[in-house]
Formats: sequence, structure tokens, C-alpha cells
Amino acid sequence: MQVALFITCFNDTLFPNTGKAVVSIVERLGHQVMFPEEQTCCGQMHFNTGYQAEAMPLIRRFVEIFSQYEVIVSPSASCVGMVRDMYRFAAEVHQDTKLANEVALLADRVFEFSEFIVNRLGIQDVGAYYPHRVTYHPTCHSLRGIKVGDAPEQLLRAVRGIDYVPLTQSNECCGFGGTFAVKNADTSMAMLGDKIRHILDTRAEVCVAADNSCLMHIGGALHRQRSGVRIAHLAEILAAQE
Amino acid sequence: MKKPESVIIELAPRFEVGAKTALQNTQLRRNMGKATQTIRGKRAAVVNELSDWESLRVAGQHIKDDVLQHLDTYLVQLEDAITRAGGHVHWAKDAHEANEIVTRLIHATGSKEIIKVKSLTTDEIRLNEALELAGITAIETDLAELIIQLAHEKSSHILVPAIHKNRSEIRSLFQKSMNLPDLTDEPTELAAAARQFLREKFMSVRVATSGANFAIAETGSVCVVESEGNGRMCLTMPEVLISVMGIEKILPRWQDLGVFMQLLPRSSTGERMNPYTSIWTGVHANDGPQEFHLVLLDNGRSDVLADSVGRQTLHCIRCSACINVCPVYERTGGHAYGSVYPGPIGAILTPQLVGTAYADSLPYASSLCGACYDVCPVRINIPEVLVHLRGKVVAEKQTKPQSWFDGENLGMKAMATTFAHQHTYELAQHAGQLAQWSFVHDGYIEQGPGPLGKWTAMRDFPAIPPQSFRDWWRERQRDE
Amino acid sequence: MSNSSRNAMLAKIRTAINSGSRGDFHESHTSDAYITHDDGNVAVRIELFAHRVAEYKAWVGRCTTGGIAQAVSERLTMRGKKRMVIPVDLPAEWLPAGIEFIRDTQLDRTIIAGMDGVLSGAALGIAQTGTIVLDGGKFQGRRMISLLPDYHLCIIRAQDIVGVVPEAFALLATTMQSPMQPYTFISGPSATSDIELNRVEGVHGPRTLDVFIVE
Repeated sequence: MQVALFITCFNDTLFPNTGKAVVSIVERLGHQVMFPEEQTCCGQMHFNTGYQAEAMPLIRRFVEIFSQYEVIVSPSASCVGMVRDMYRFAAEVHQDTKLANEVALLADRVFEFSEFIVNRLGIQDVGAYYPHRVTYHPTCHSLRGIKVGDAPEQLLRAVRGIDYVPLTQSNECCGFGGTFAVKNADTSMAMLGDKIRHILDTRAEVCVAADNSCLMHIGGALHRQRSGVRIAHLAEILAAQE
Repeated sequence: MKKPESVIIELAPRFEVGAKTALQNTQLRRNMGKATQTIRGKRAAVVNELSDWESLRVAGQHIKDDVLQHLDTYLVQLEDAITRAGGHVHWAKDAHEANEIVTRLIHATGSKEIIKVKSLTTDEIRLNEALELAGITAIETDLAELIIQLAHEKSSHILVPAIHKNRSEIRSLFQKSMNLPDLTDEPTELAAAARQFLREKFMSVRVATSGANFAIAETGSVCVVESEGNGRMCLTMPEVLISVMGIEKILPRWQDLGVFMQLLPRSSTGERMNPYTSIWTGVHANDGPQEFHLVLLDNGRSDVLADSVGRQTLHCIRCSACINVCPVYERTGGHAYGSVYPGPIGAILTPQLVGTAYADSLPYASSLCGACYDVCPVRINIPEVLVHLRGKVVAEKQTKPQSWFDGENLGMKAMATTFAHQHTYELAQHAGQLAQWSFVHDGYIEQGPGPLGKWTAMRDFPAIPPQSFRDWWRERQRDE
Repeated sequence: MSNSSRNAMLAKIRTAINSGSRGDFHESHTSDAYITHDDGNVAVRIELFAHRVAEYKAWVGRCTTGGIAQAVSERLTMRGKKRMVIPVDLPAEWLPAGIEFIRDTQLDRTIIAGMDGVLSGAALGIAQTGTIVLDGGKFQGRRMISLLPDYHLCIIRAQDIVGVVPEAFALLATTMQSPMQPYTFISGPSATSDIELNRVEGVHGPRTLDVFIVE
């Protein structure tokens, strides 16, 4: 199978290791990765902050670039949610019928990384080895947005050597919320404080999620507190081998 | 800026400012955390009992859609049915007109005081203040409303306005204002104190006001859902009853109550059924008030209806499930929202009722976590409406000359332009990698410049790695 | 009444309905398959009703049609109730000797409030939610009598207990009169959730609710 990687601008720039991990896993499972180099940003930050006129060219651009691919995979639940749910909404609100039709054709072919592996490929064990204590935070967009269910946990539990510890009150938002983290920084931190407390309670070495954006927020506080706990994208754990 | 005549409690500091103050109130944080966790558990338990909950939600959504699509027809049908049943229907386009109507009706009875069933709609139009100016005393009879009336405070929750107070705070308030020095903080004793305090009023006051949870167009029946019996008292004991209802509260058919009387109690107090529900139709011979008035209130609702994305907000049955589940509300409490309607529903309803210009920080008072949408019994896509309203806020801002000096606006526009082309995007990546060097220590930025400083004031920021993913990819392709 | 406001509001609503870019009013809800009937076992339904009413901290007992007076007598004696208000049409065979029953012949509210309690029948019950419905019909009387006294003893016939909430509204629709009856749905004694969002029994309505299911 040929898989087009939608890396997202955020991962491309700040978390390249996540992209490398996705490439290595998909190739390990016997599929070919394509990387459309014209891709930049899906427009989520602009759209969700209210800069919708500014986001529209980015949305149209994305649809144009990715429409030719059969399967599109991304290591970001929130960017996948943008394409699958908000693109339709954007097309409706801007009364762009052509875009709406193109989005309808595209949306079902865009997968978040863990749902691609578990639901589309039907694989739980990707042959990873990771002898560390790990906890998992289901991000809001993976859990309630695109509903990946327990796919990430199925993948984690199949990792050899892993010491997987479930997180208390895991379904609660970490307080990131895109520009919410700076516009409402105080509330964002109050939410993050509780999330960090639950993570530390697990005594895990690593906190894992399907979105590096939330992880950057969580990791930023873990590092500020010199907690000795680090963050990693799910794909990076799954890419690790003996 | 002129304060809107209704909805807004105080022309707030922006949400983030009010929130900052509230977040430091340790008693509030403790009370809110406890109460919201309790109610979430109760709601989840009674919702999970019903195998057809999702079907009920869809039914609720569709009935409300039907209501909105034929609102004019149903309102006229309701008016006819109530009039036939001996009631009177009044139409109020805004808060001012509604208050005028209610005041006039009370004056006609000669009564100087009224008893009130808890009603958000009358809070929204600030009926109590209007009545006070007219020399009429309004006595709140709901326990929580009584608590905040005695404490001279404002509501912080639509269902339990005194949620920010715990039992020992209520005890000391009652000890003072009811002169009960021996009162304990046992909730049953506190409730008994309220019973005694209000009984004489229920027996003697001749006029009552209420809101309405539902009104049935085909029969003209009005429905009030409550717990304490203060509602039954107000709806049964006085000679004259005046109910104020938002136009969107209407339901087409009697049978629709079979859906909503399942959705509402389980979503609001987490009970299979609330203790008391009263349904009346006009006036009933020898039973209850012999004069009944229903005031139909618009007050911005038709403006909400005109927005094809925002109109789903009018599905709301004021259950407060979204408020109880919201991680933002849980921490800030309700006062930070500066409105009669706090929490996620308030963040979308308030700006639509008063205009985004008066409440432009509210659509941003959410991390878009989606917990509200999951629990909403009528499936209001609150995150979607929040994003839609943010679009309106920005579009309005951009019509003003100040936007030319607005850092966020300029930055967003610059980024959009940069992201529009592969080469400018890649240039910006490389520029970022170079520009950060003086701020990076051991792979992190702990004190960032400009807008980044807002992030690093709270948490560290990871340094941009020297090689982007795409540069790695190209290198790999070359090597193959 | 201002006719101009009425017409202006209706006109504004009509314009609003037809505006906007997104035509997403959903059509009828006939296909929304929520449960409208409980087709289960009758005994199970009655048992569920009893259980759910009791969960509201009400007391639930059972008796036979012929044993109502005896059951009422025992219960009221146990509760120490001596003067009870009753609806004007309550059958004499429900009333035991030794307790004073006063029929509500449009009694003054202070007299009703001064009673030890009220004894009434019910229109129907809902098992799923433990709810008793009063419609002012047979053996139920005015709304005021089941509200002012601090104690309510309610007699409900087992055959009047339906399974789920939509059934109750469907059944009430078949007995609707013109002019319509007032309805009161009662689920347990009066209560409040206003203190720390926990349900506490007993505020303005009857603080004690006893129920007999007649089989």
C-alpha cells in the first residue's frame, strides 16, 4: 500500500523524530511512504482562533495537494480532526460547494496514525521493544474528536518489555487547546496542574499521546518542574526496537 | 461601552481576567471541584442505565430543529391554546418590554410582593431589579436562589446558583440572616430552615412568577421541573401566576415530553426523575391560580435563529450538563463568565444574545476539548459554535483600524501568507532554527521573546531541532 | 397586549428561519428509535417501580384491594398520624376507624396545612423512574392537598403502573379532558440538590412519602 504522510507543520518543524518514527513503522509493516513536499499547514490554528478567511486558502491548498492520494496518515489527531470534521464545516459556512464535494471525497481517506495501524491494517503488535514505565494521555481530539477509541492503548500493550500504567482521570483535557494555552494561560495552567499531578502519580518515565501539541504543553511543565518525566509521541515508542 | 440591558451580570473584565482572580480563590476551587466531580459521576450512572440514550439525544435534537424551523407557527398555536384555556399570552421583544408587562400585571393586582420560582429567563431580563424600581419585592423561593439573595451575591451556575458555597458557608449565612444560632451544617437542617423561613410567604403572597421548562404548542400546557416543592407552591397557592418564557422553549406535541422528561433530569441533577414536575394549562377551576399570564420573550433569540450555525444554541434546555463537565468552568467557577449563562453554553449563548462585541472573550473561554458536546442531551455542537463565533469576533475586529496594530492579527496574517507557499514556509523554518539560538539552553527555551514569552511564562518550550522532518526526508531520498 | 410587538416578533422569526448559508434543520423524528413501550414482565415492572420509588427514600408497601383500610391504618398508626386530609371522592372503604379523615370540600389552606398528612390515590406510576403521576382525577383532589401537609400516603393500583416515561405521556393523552387537567409528577419526597450538588430529602413539599401498591 502507498501511504501519503501528512506530517503537519508542527511536527515537521518541532518534532521531526515523530515523522521519522512513523516512516520506519509503516515501512517495517511493508508499506511505501510518500511525502508530498508541497504540504505546509492544514489551517487548524488559524481556523480555530477565528482567522477563518486566512485559513481558507490553506484548506483549499491542502485538499488540492492530498486529493490524489488513496490513504493519508498523520501523527496528529487534532490535524486529522481538522480535515475530517472542520473542513466540511468551513466549506458549508463559506458556501463553497466545490470544496465541500472534494472534502467529502477526501475525509474518509485521512487516518490518524494509531487508527491506521489498528483499524485499517488490523495490527496491534508492530514488533516494538521498549523496556520503560509508560503512561498514556488520550488527547481530546483523539478521544472525543476523531474517536480513535483504545487503538493507542492496544498498540502500547503489545510492546515488549513495556511497563504500561493507566492514567487517572485520563479523559480530562490537559489545558492546551491551541491558542487557549496563551490566551487563557492561567486557566490552561490550572488544568495542566491536575494533569501533571496524575502523570506523576503513575511514576512513569514517559508520558505518551497521539498529539505532540498537547505533549509540548505537558512536557513544557514536566521540564519546568524538573520532574524527571519526559514526553514522547506514541509512534516513537512503537518505532523503538531491541 | 454601554452595558447591555440584560444577560450580562456585570460588564466584565474579560474572561481571562475574571478567571485569574477566581483561580486564586482556594475555597471556590475546592467547592467547585467537589461538586462537579460528584454530579459528573451521578449523571454518568443514570445515563448509562438507558440503552436508548443516544436515540433520545437524536430525538431531542430533531424535535428542537422542528421547533426552530416552524417557530412562528408553534408560537401562534400555543397562544391560541392558552387563550382557549383561560390564560393570557403576551409578546415581549426585549427585556425592557418583558419587565414592563410583568410590572404592569403585578400592579394591577395591588400586591407589593411576589414569590418567585427560580427562573433563568427572569434572571436574564433582570426582573427583580425592575420590580424593585417599581416598589415590588421579589422573594426567591429556590434554596440556592435564596442563599445568594441573602448573601447579596450573583449566581455562579444555572441550576445550582450557590454551587460555589459549601455547607458550612451556608450554615453561617443562615445563622445570621434567619437568626438561628444553633443551626448545624447538616444539609437536612439547612433545608428545614429554608422551609420554615418561606412557609408563611407561600401561604400569604397573592402573586407568583415563574419561568417555564417547556410549553406544548398543541395543548397550551406549560411545564416547570423542580425539586424542592417551592415551584409547586408558587404555581398552586397564589391567585395570579405570571410565567416568562424564552420563545425557543416550546415543544410541538404533548408526546415530546416523553423524550425531554428523560433527557432533562438525567442530564441536570443526575437523577432518573426530579422530585416534582408541574404541568398546567391555562387556569383550572377550583385548583390553583385563577389568573394566568405567559410572557413570550425574544430578547435576541431571533437574532440567534438567523445564524444558521449558531441557531443550534436555541436547542438548549438549560440542563447544565455541559457546565458540570467543563474543565474550564470546574476551575474558574461561573462568575468569571460575567453572565447569567456561564460555562460552555454561556460561552456560546451570551455573545449571541448581546452581540459578540460585548462578550468577545467568551468564545475563547474553552480549550475545545469537546466534553460539552458529548454530554449535551440535545446534541448542540458547542465546540463548532465556539469556533464559528471566534470567526465572527475576528471578522469584526478586522473591520476596525486598530486591527492594523494588533499583534495577533498581524502575526496570524503573516503566518497565513508564509504557509501559503512551500518555499516561504521552508524559509521560515530555517529562520526559526537560526533565530532561536540565543534563547536555547539544553534543548529548551525557558524565557522566550515576544509572543513566545506568553508560553514560557508558564512552561518551557522545546528548541526547534536543527533538521526539520522534510530536510531529513530529502537527505534520505538523496542517499538512497 | 401590544399587537405590534407580536407582529414584529413573528415577522422577525420568519425572516430568521429562512436566512443563513447552512440549511441543516433536521426533518421529523419518526425514525428516532427510542424506547416507547416496556413489553416486559408485569411482576418485574411492579418490582422495579417499588424499588425505584424506595431509592428516593420513600417507603413502599403492598396490599390487596380489600386490605387497603387495614394497610392504611397500620401505616398511619406507625407514623403517628391522626388527622388526615383526603380528596372529596376518596372511597370510604379505604378509611380505617380510629383516625380522623377530613374531606377537602374546598377547605381553607391553613386548615390543610395544619393536617398531619394527606391520603390520596394516583393516576399512574412509571416504573423506570419511580414516578407517581397525579392528574386531579379520581381519588386525587386538588393540587394543594398533596402539597401543604408534611406527609403523603399515596395508594396506587398495580395495573396503573407503566414501564417507561413515553408510555406515561401516551396514556395521559388518552384521558385528557377539555379543559385539561393539571398534572403533578412526584418522584420521592421533596428534595434539593442545592447544597454541594447532593440530593437531600425534605424541603417545601411533603418531607415523608409512603406508597402502597394495590395488587
